Amino acid sequence: MEGTDAEVVFETRGLAKVYDMGEVQVHALRGIDLELYRSELVVLLGASGSGKSTLVNILGGLDTATDGEVFYRDRDLTKASERELTDYRRHYVGFIFQFYNLIPSLTALENVEIVTEIASDPMDPKEALELVKMGDRADHFPSQLSGGEQQRVAIARAIAKRPAVLLCDEPTGALDSETGVIVLEALDRVNRELGTTTVIITHNVVQGDMAERIIRLKDGQITDIRRNEDKKAPRELKW
Amino acid sequence: MKIIDLKMIRDLWNMRGQVIAIGFVIIAGVSVYVSMSSVADTLQGTLKTYYEEYTFADGFASVRRAPESLGDRLRRVEGVNQVETRVAASVNLEIPGFDEPVTGQIVSVPEGDQPRLNRLFIREGRLVESGRGDEVILNEVFAEAHSLTPGDELTAIINGHRRSLTVVGIALSPEFLFQLQPGSLFPDPQRYGVMWMGQRALSAAYDMEGAFNDLSFTLAPGASIDNVTDRMDLLLDPYGGSGSYPREDQASHNLISEELNQLAAMAFLLPMIFLGVAAFLLNIVVSRLIALQREQIAILKAFGYSDWAVAMHYTKLVVIVALAGVVVGTGLGIWMGGAMAEMYLQYYKFPFLNYTLQWPVVLTAFLLTVGASLGGALMSIRRALRLPPAEAMRPEPPPSYRMTLVERLGLQKLLDQPTRIILRNLERQWVKSALTVIGIASSCAILIMGLFWGDAFDYIIQVQYGIAQREDITVTFNEPTSASAVYEISSLPGVQHAEPFRSVPVRLKSGHRSYDTGIEGIPPEPYLRRIINTELQPITIPREGIVLTQNLAGILQVRPGDKITVEVKEGRRYEREVPVVSLAEQYLGLGAYMNLRSANRLVGGGSAISGVFLMIDEQYEDELTQALQDRPRVASIVSQDRAIESFMETSAESMLTMTFVLSLFAGVIALGVVYNSVRISLSERDRELASMRVLGFTRGEIAYILLGEMALLVLLSIPIGLGIGALLSRWSAQSLQTEMYRIPVILGSDTFSLAAAIVLIAAIISALLMRRRLNKLDLTAVLKTRE
Repeated sequence: MEGTDAEVVFETRGLAKVYDMGEVQVHALRGIDLELYRSELVVLLGASGSGKSTLVNILGGLDTATDGEVFYRDRDLTKASERELTDYRRHYVGFIFQFYNLIPSLTALENVEIVTEIASDPMDPKEALELVKMGDRADHFPSQLSGGEQQRVAIARAIAKRPAVLLCDEPTGALDSETGVIVLEALDRVNRELGTTTVIITHNVVQGDMAERIIRLKDGQITDIRRNEDKKAPRELKW
Repeated sequence: MKIIDLKMIRDLWNMRGQVIAIGFVIIAGVSVYVSMSSVADTLQGTLKTYYEEYTFADGFASVRRAPESLGDRLRRVEGVNQVETRVAASVNLEIPGFDEPVTGQIVSVPEGDQPRLNRLFIREGRLVESGRGDEVILNEVFAEAHSLTPGDELTAIINGHRRSLTVVGIALSPEFLFQLQPGSLFPDPQRYGVMWMGQRALSAAYDMEGAFNDLSFTLAPGASIDNVTDRMDLLLDPYGGSGSYPREDQASHNLISEELNQLAAMAFLLPMIFLGVAAFLLNIVVSRLIALQREQIAILKAFGYSDWAVAMHYTKLVVIVALAGVVVGTGLGIWMGGAMAEMYLQYYKFPFLNYTLQWPVVLTAFLLTVGASLGGALMSIRRALRLPPAEAMRPEPPPSYRMTLVERLGLQKLLDQPTRIILRNLERQWVKSALTVIGIASSCAILIMGLFWGDAFDYIIQVQYGIAQREDITVTFNEPTSASAVYEISSLPGVQHAEPFRSVPVRLKSGHRSYDTGIEGIPPEPYLRRIINTELQPITIPREGIVLTQNLAGILQVRPGDKITVEVKEGRRYEREVPVVSLAEQYLGLGAYMNLRSANRLVGGGSAISGVFLMIDEQYEDELTQALQDRPRVASIVSQDRAIESFMETSAESMLTMTFVLSLFAGVIALGVVYNSVRISLSERDRELASMRVLGFTRGEIAYILLGEMALLVLLSIPIGLGIGALLSRWSAQSLQTEMYRIPVILGSDTFSLAAAIVLIAAIISALLMRRRLNKLDLTAVLKTRE
């Protein structure tokens, strides 16, 4: 972004993605040029089908671009092999999804530990749970937790490896607004206390108010990038 | 067509991959079951029709020599319908181009006409003509063994005179489905053959003019065979009758009915296991298939369809798949059954085949298949119906888990997270895990049972021919001969050791049980024909008393120390009480043994012998057999090697072929169970595994979770399968053992290793197939969609 000297974490140039759906081709992304900076909290806004999930999946190494370039620091994700992408996800990326995707046969604590066991410099799993205020429910299985609680465990699981970037795809999509706020507070706190670059996908405009930057997507293109001068705490958001 | 039915058809089309997979399982199970059952029924039915149409006799007898006039007296015996007297001659044969000794039996038939009993099916050529003394009809097996056709010639030595004979016909007879040489257990069509000759010609050649030495008879409706044989024996005894006997004791009938009984037992047992495993597979696959339709079920309910209507919708879907499988499976089964029956037709030499498929067989296959599929489907449908529609449309809540036993014991520190996932899954889905173990274990068990026969036959041959019956050649005489014949034969070229024996036809009785057999009198310390006990140690034959084989003792229900009644059926018949002194281990055939001297005392004669066991120098075998053949008193020359060969060729080979085919299918079952189980686990847990991939786990690491679970189940299944296999082998040995042979339950470690290896290979193949699928797991699609 012009005018800042903050460290660039992600950089994309002319990023495009085409899904071949048999008879039709779907252009999910059409030339995205974007930079994401260290420690910033970005909200990605857009209607469904605007390409925001595709963009985040490519940034997170879950998917590869059809055209253009994407860099994580010096690492060229465009040309990375399957093995390199796995390694990249393992050490640098934290994911949070709408449907939590916890492992049902592991307790809250173990769901965090499954990541810390394979990470190179993880935090204490209990500490990660404390950070999202789930320390007292560490020994519960997913089936014993509410949706909001499951999502907070998912956040703890995502941050426990101390990822460089946290990618959240509709993290409050399946939750009521009150629970949603609690989850957003957890994300906000992680961003502030750990300085993790955080990208939140939502179609809820109100949630943009908690971001430092708001990026709007439409039909696979960026229509607007706005710096939010009046950043609000999640508690102040209403929808 | 209602829209909901249209939905069903489209669903079927969309799931065609799985539908085809399920269909294959049903088709495999049903076709094996239908084909084997129908083959067993077909052969039984064909045999019955064959016997009826070709008037196979109800009873048989032979005498030394009786005048034709006795025939009329026999026909008047109460309970007798028809009697046919005839001449039967044991002969030595010379066949151009075949150097080894061949013996045979010539049976007389009316000239220019069919016999009234045991009619011939003329395959080729014609019946013998009146007034032609050199015409013979050959039994087809024998003719085929030597490629003889009408017009060919062979030489027979009848009553010491060489006669040149011309083949005029090739025939089949219900009496000689198997041609068994007296004293041997298995047919050897190259070295022993049956043929038919005109009555007058054979009588003249065999010195039997105006007389007969053999007869067969049928019973009047409602007559008892035992009463009839008793009455006939009274008339036959003065002419040297050795006792009339019922069809059940006739050699060919006895052997074929035992083989068909074995086939029927196999045809029931193995396909049932097969169908059972197929049903199990079907149950889990269908149950999962319906579970995936949870949301659709909720939507139908939300639209106002009743629970009943929804259940019917899926019931129809499942029944259509099962029905299609059963129809195709039955069709395939009928085809396979027909082909197998054709094969048996060639083997048993039936003139025709009555293909029989009993409808209860198809019905059983249908009910079992539909039952298993519906059982699986209804469980899932009920689970989906219990929920209010709105809840069912939301993603399924995470399944409940708890700490496993290992962890509650405080051992969790030993386990990493992936291992905990494996253990908790196994414990939570213990029913599914248990069923999978049962499925894999049963395929392993079928393998053991198939391989077991090889072990058992090896052992039988090793014991029977390696330890007990060590002779190279058995020579039998036309009638009891002076004991000095041993010395005469000992002096022939190549004879290293000769040992006499005396056979006495007897009926052994204990209480109301009785059994017709022969007592073999042998020297007290035999060197060649040894009698062994269960520890495989040779038994000394005591001066008094009788030694019985275990199965004969079982039939008579006697133990050592008991007394049995021996009714001698040679010469003047009388009874004597004899103590049972010990039991002999003998797998092939059953018999009774006595000291040579006591056996002779039993008959009341001097020191006669019926034949000689020989150990020979193989170099002189041809010369020796030639010398033996030239002696008119020699009735048969049986080589031990040939006995082993023919044992392997008949029973052993057909049994081994069948078990080989079934072992192959068992391998396929193992593959099916493992593959389907893993496939279902994957469909249930793709989100979980994809999440782990997103968290940075490698393909290998998530494969460990999915396949590790299966590996654990497979490793658990193998020992269980080996155990069940051992039990099944024991059971099948017991249910298939006959009077003719007892099957030892011997399972070699090779058999266990091979069965385990086949199951492991099947598991590894499934794992590799699944690994490919895992590698293609679409991370984003899985995570974005709800279940």
